[in-house]
Amino acid sequence: MSRLPCTVALVGNPNAGKSALFNALTGARQKIANYPGVTVERKAGRFALPNGEPVELVDLPGTYGLDATSPDEEVTRRVIMGEQPGQAQPEVLVIVLDASNLEQHLVLAQEVIALGRPTVVALNMIDLAERDGLVLDPAALAAELGVPVIPTVAVRRRGLAELGAAVGAARETAAHEPAHPRAHLTMPERRMLARTMARGAVLSETSKHRLHARLDRVLLHPWLGPPILFALLFVVFQAVFSWAKPFQDGLDALFSSGADGLRSVMPPSLLRDLITDGVIAGVGSVIVFLPQILVLFFFILVMEATGYMARAAFLMDRMMAGVGLSGRSFIPLLSSFACAVPGIMATRSITDPKDRLTTILIAPMMTCSARLPVYAVIIAAFIPARDVLPGVGLQGLVLFVLYVSGIFGAMVAALVFRRSLTRGAASGFIMELPKYQLPTIKDLALGLFQRGWIFLRRAGTMIFTVAIALWLLLNFPRAEPGQDQVNASIAGHIANGLAVLVEPIGFNRDIALTLIPTMAAREVAISSLATTYAVGASDENARTIGLAAQLKQHWSLATALAFLAWFVFAPQCMSTIAVTRRETNGWKWPAFMLAYLFGLAYLFAGIVYWTAVACGMG
Amino acid sequence: MTLDQLPLRVLARIVAVDWAALVPEEAQRLRALGLDEGAQVRLAYRGVFMTRDPLAVEIGRMTVALRRVHARAMHVEPVAADCPA
Repeated sequence: MSRLPCTVALVGNPNAGKSALFNALTGARQKIANYPGVTVERKAGRFALPNGEPVELVDLPGTYGLDATSPDEEVTRRVIMGEQPGQAQPEVLVIVLDASNLEQHLVLAQEVIALGRPTVVALNMIDLAERDGLVLDPAALAAELGVPVIPTVAVRRRGLAELGAAVGAARETAAHEPAHPRAHLTMPERRMLARTMARGAVLSETSKHRLHARLDRVLLHPWLGPPILFALLFVVFQAVFSWAKPFQDGLDALFSSGADGLRSVMPPSLLRDLITDGVIAGVGSVIVFLPQILVLFFFILVMEATGYMARAAFLMDRMMAGVGLSGRSFIPLLSSFACAVPGIMATRSITDPKDRLTTILIAPMMTCSARLPVYAVIIAAFIPARDVLPGVGLQGLVLFVLYVSGIFGAMVAALVFRRSLTRGAASGFIMELPKYQLPTIKDLALGLFQRGWIFLRRAGTMIFTVAIALWLLLNFPRAEPGQDQVNASIAGHIANGLAVLVEPIGFNRDIALTLIPTMAAREVAISSLATTYAVGASDENARTIGLAAQLKQHWSLATALAFLAWFVFAPQCMSTIAVTRRETNGWKWPAFMLAYLFGLAYLFAGIVYWTAVACGMG
Repeated sequence: MTLDQLPLRVLARIVAVDWAALVPEEAQRLRALGLDEGAQVRLAYRGVFMTRDPLAVEIGRMTVALRRVHARAMHVEPVAADCPA
């Protein structure tokens, strides 16, 4: 009888090294998707049993027990029990244990083994246990648990073949014997037994100085820890903007030369314009952010893999508690400084649903990299390059104020939301601080590749569609001879209507027109302003210089400041809205996000404009 | 004495936990992490700012971060001998 590929699931506590084992077993042959209806990531991959039979391996979210306290843990429970729709019940369960944390991890192991399903235990990270001076006896543990125990070191690929063989054997045995659930124990009984078993498995234990204890003494030090964290964050920000710059310029040049090349090859037609101005300009303007995203994710993945991220959350918890959030929200908000999209995706690690929603709602206020081109052009055009203090330039100060305004706005918004929309008991902060570990190049590369691919796929689908739609809106209906195409187009008509709305905050019709395509992505504002002011230069650099002069002619200083203020809050990013819809499973919250952020943007831009006019900058 | 009052790096046993004072999900999470009656714990770090929140607690070979509000629900008594937990 031919069967579907047999499913095997990895089960374990968080930080048991499950993902490393999963990567080691499946290599790059992984499929990442969501379980239907929930925003829990489903990671699956293929590996072959010793007899050559392919097996689908599913990496279940880490859990402390089968009584779920979060959506992730609920998925794990349902898959194990065979209750998850669209997911075959795993034929064999592989419990992943951290060899140096048996007392803790054996509690879940007993709970899973008690189900009576075919089970194999991977005694993982046995090298780290040895480093800590802990020598273990897998055979004694196997005798206690009644299931095979295989020592593994996922990152060094040790024990993988043995594990595969044990999985195959467990499956053969299960084919002959029916499942036999074992006696049910209470939680304290299991914990007691776990302690006894853990002690029984230890052959010898020397109290070597544990590396992580020494590192924590510095990194969690009340006075040293925070400065180290902030210094590290400073390096990350510098790297995101400086390391990525050459690659970004390279990509940019590639897209514009591609468009120029196409222009010289194809005869002038609407189709050519659609490809160059719509597709290449639109999708290209987003893809140029790929280097920044990769650099940021490199740091985030390293911080996660080494175990430092949990320490950062620990150090930031008090500050976040001040606005009703917890240290867990720090990681998504940090990511949002590069791009709110991965930031919002990272909120999945927040267990409390109200905490998570609040974090999603405020994430777009972190100054993302797409705002930088806009800020840079406007600041260069309107803010004089002089020092206010020795070494402190006025332009840099304005940029800093814009960043701080976003953070401040987000904190105030979080405070308000936690007292209204997402009201509830102040969320707690309970989190295991994992052991420090050196990340493996392979796992880092795989993680970076997956993030980059998700980003590119989105640029290739959704942003592609939006770029074409905007181009169509700007080009149809066609203008009569002698008439301005922009004015005649649907977008032009919308802009004329919009201009009435934005006039009170100092925006002219040109800005109103810019705001429409900028809905796709903020950085589009610059290219569309440039188009609107019909600067002839094709070179991006010359255009920027030309644009600055044009802007000075058409805008007052008050208008420019209001425009900057607008961008601190305005949610002009289709990708953010789309990812919010996906992560909150509906249109309610993205719609709310649009409304409140546009409201804030309007208000803040207005206040800045009216104040500036009152000060004589009109 | 409650866990939040324990001096740093002093080994103590949890003698009683006031589970009713905690949010049920958080109580369950703490218990799943092994912070239950009978467990031997050591306060490793306190937060930076005035309220000295959160706390890092060593339990077995694991370090767990939690808030003072959780620690206040756990009554502890120092253990004399530093026996390996």
